[in-house]
Amino acid sequence: MESEKMATEITPKGYVNFFEESHGLKSWIFTHDHKRIALLYFYGVVGFFLMGVVLGLLMKFEMITPGETIMKPQTYNSLFTLHGVIMVFLFIIPAVPAIFGNFFLPILIGADDVAFPKLNLLSWYLYVIGGIMALSTLILGDGPPDTGWTFYAPYSVKTGTNVIMAVMAAFVLGFSSILTGLNFIVTMHRMRAPGMDWMKMPLFPWALYATSWVQVLATPIIGITLLMVVAERVLGVGFFDPSIGGDPVLYQHLFWIYSHPAVYIMILPAMGLISEMIPVFVKKSIFGYKAIVYSSLAIAFVGYFVWGHHMFTSGMSGQARVVFSILTFLVAIPSGVKVFNWVATMFKGSIDLQTPLLYCMAFIFLFMIGGFTGLVVGALSADVHVHDTYFVVAHFHYVMFGGTGFAFIGALHYWYPKMFGRMYNKKVANIGFGVLFTGFNILYFPMFILGIQGMPRRYYDYLPEYSTWHKVSTMGSWVVAIGLIIIIANLVKAYRKGEPATGNVWGGITLEWETKSPPPLLNFDKPPTVTHGPYDYSILNK
Amino acid sequence: MEATVHATGHVAHRDDEGKRMGMWLFLFTEVLLFGGLFIVYAAYRFINPEDFHTGSQHLDWVIGAINTVILLTSSLTVALSISAIQSGNTKKAKILLYLTLAFALAFLVNKYFEWGGKIHHGLFPGMEEFKHLTHGESLFFVLYFFMTGLHGLHIIAGGIFIGFILYYINKGEVTSESYTLHENAGLYWHLVDVIWIYLFPLFYLII
Amino acid sequence: METEKHIVDDKKNILIWVDLLILTFVTVEIAQFDFKTLTILIALGVATFKTILVGYFFMHLKFENRFFKTMVFLCLFVLIAVLAILFIDYSYR
Repeated sequence: MESEKMATEITPKGYVNFFEESHGLKSWIFTHDHKRIALLYFYGVVGFFLMGVVLGLLMKFEMITPGETIMKPQTYNSLFTLHGVIMVFLFIIPAVPAIFGNFFLPILIGADDVAFPKLNLLSWYLYVIGGIMALSTLILGDGPPDTGWTFYAPYSVKTGTNVIMAVMAAFVLGFSSILTGLNFIVTMHRMRAPGMDWMKMPLFPWALYATSWVQVLATPIIGITLLMVVAERVLGVGFFDPSIGGDPVLYQHLFWIYSHPAVYIMILPAMGLISEMIPVFVKKSIFGYKAIVYSSLAIAFVGYFVWGHHMFTSGMSGQARVVFSILTFLVAIPSGVKVFNWVATMFKGSIDLQTPLLYCMAFIFLFMIGGFTGLVVGALSADVHVHDTYFVVAHFHYVMFGGTGFAFIGALHYWYPKMFGRMYNKKVANIGFGVLFTGFNILYFPMFILGIQGMPRRYYDYLPEYSTWHKVSTMGSWVVAIGLIIIIANLVKAYRKGEPATGNVWGGITLEWETKSPPPLLNFDKPPTVTHGPYDYSILNK
Repeated sequence: MEATVHATGHVAHRDDEGKRMGMWLFLFTEVLLFGGLFIVYAAYRFINPEDFHTGSQHLDWVIGAINTVILLTSSLTVALSISAIQSGNTKKAKILLYLTLAFALAFLVNKYFEWGGKIHHGLFPGMEEFKHLTHGESLFFVLYFFMTGLHGLHIIAGGIFIGFILYYINKGEVTSESYTLHENAGLYWHLVDVIWIYLFPLFYLII
Repeated sequence: METEKHIVDDKKNILIWVDLLILTFVTVEIAQFDFKTLTILIALGVATFKTILVGYFFMHLKFENRFFKTMVFLCLFVLIAVLAILFIDYSYR
């Protein structure tokens, strides 16, 4: 009886999900369906992520001994540049908004697609073109860039490597990111289901809303800055070369006017994912819904005015450094509010320790380490000591990988049954999580110690004093690799042989659980009407 | 009005306001794109006030003023054409759009001769005369060519956009009932005009 | 979800255009005099006034709802605030 009911729920007669709606390559690469575009992004982003991982592993392997291990210094410089460019522009910026945002934003607000489906497809094409351009530097021109992902002038203007192509790739990718943000803002304003007023919107869309504004208002600045670098290289005379009166510090200003807000493009949607997942696994309304909403907006807003903390040692005026340091401390407040809210949500909840919740807890733990060390580097005097050391490298890997990366993998485990209609092996997923979490800390925690001891970042060689922690860190990178292999293998296997998933796997009450897994082309059988708040679990008692 | 009802009961509405919202958001990205250049301009002018003044003396404010008037008038013709299409006067709307294109061309021709004159005097980055300029002056000219050049590209893009509107009017897809695309082209064109409103005093009228 | 149709009559548009031309004339004339640092502020002030005319009337901002106006304000605020903070660096260097 029970199993019969389950079976009908999985495959009602004549039900056609969005995979089966149409077939063939054309039906994918010319699709306007936000779910298919999300999957197109998914394959692209994961592909680039794996490339970035391989580059990272090679770098770590090089650092296992002082001096040359497996590559020349020039190769190492190219590796960390490409690792940065790929991970920042091709993985972490598009990962959450373009995959989960595209797939779930319309479903979560009860719409049948985004506002501009064709534009959505165009952003995917721009993403692919940008990715190909970035990778083409490996074979075209005079070798991949060796400037670091920041392309600091004047070196980026003088180096003989293929900076122009890499910079144009970043420009195109920025355009893709802008169009996604624009699309989401209009979608949320115009397409919410009847009954869903702003304060009934789930928190992941709210996080995307804040993020989208940053994408729209910050990305053009990097676009024009990178065009100036291209112009300077082509014309030979330009904006940032001190020998003709240009100011290299101005380049750093412009770069970080975008790239600091970009940090919030990376972390805010991840925070939204965490806010989305925790209530489901503790079966309790989120603590302080409005506080989370406003803190997202506050982070996006204040985050716009703190860019100078990347430049404390660049020769900026003292007054500006003090102002930036104070503003930086302000951003910590809304971030702290969120952490408090998540923990308070779990307090006295009926906790169901599934894989996604493990990732959420890891997120809170790792993000706090990353966040507090962020205050260390945000404090003017402390930063002078640790600036451009491994301490900074550890800090942002804790926030970006430990934060966004873990939230991404967690959300993948959370929504995988919904997206693909199949369930993975939970036990293996938990093992994968454990290995990844352990490896992550072995890989990056030693970097804090190395940084405090004075190991500069981006150096190819080091003094023998540093070798112990470098060895530990390299071994950690292998553990991370094993963890990733377990996770990916498990999910790939589930795709082919996993148990069919029901419509509501985790007992959630947001709209995506009201439709089938995988959803039909227009997301819902009937357009939904919203009657309760997104995390109002009291309805389960009625 | 043009609601399509899917088999499943989903109703797709035409959302004019949403389309205009999208266009405005796109305009913000354009504002900030130029905003980055205005930031560079502000910083370098602050460091080299005298050089920017002497650099500006090389530019002819009369040409700048003529171009300003041309662009303002083209903005008017676009605004008038929107009113015309709204009230169903397709012919008038088309004539006004052609006029706008003519003004855009006039602007570009003017710009061509102005750039040509500067290049003739060797003031383009990398040329012989350019090397004798002071730091501030050369920054002034790099910015001048970059900003007016980018603005010129926007004029061309706006012209193409208007060309598409003309095509759609002929095809009967832009009508007195469905004119949001036309409005959006107008918004873009006005923005290009607004940017020039700032470029003109900042480059041609420096005391 | 079609919004109301607002048709601006030609006379009004032409009037705005005349205003814009007058302001262009003003900005050129004022540039003859040297008011020191005030000069740039006046020039930018006139340009901003022209922008408001174009935005409010030609770009139909006056017909749009409050959200559109807020968006425009937000965008300009961000740009101006960034410039202001940048100049904390340049004015004290």
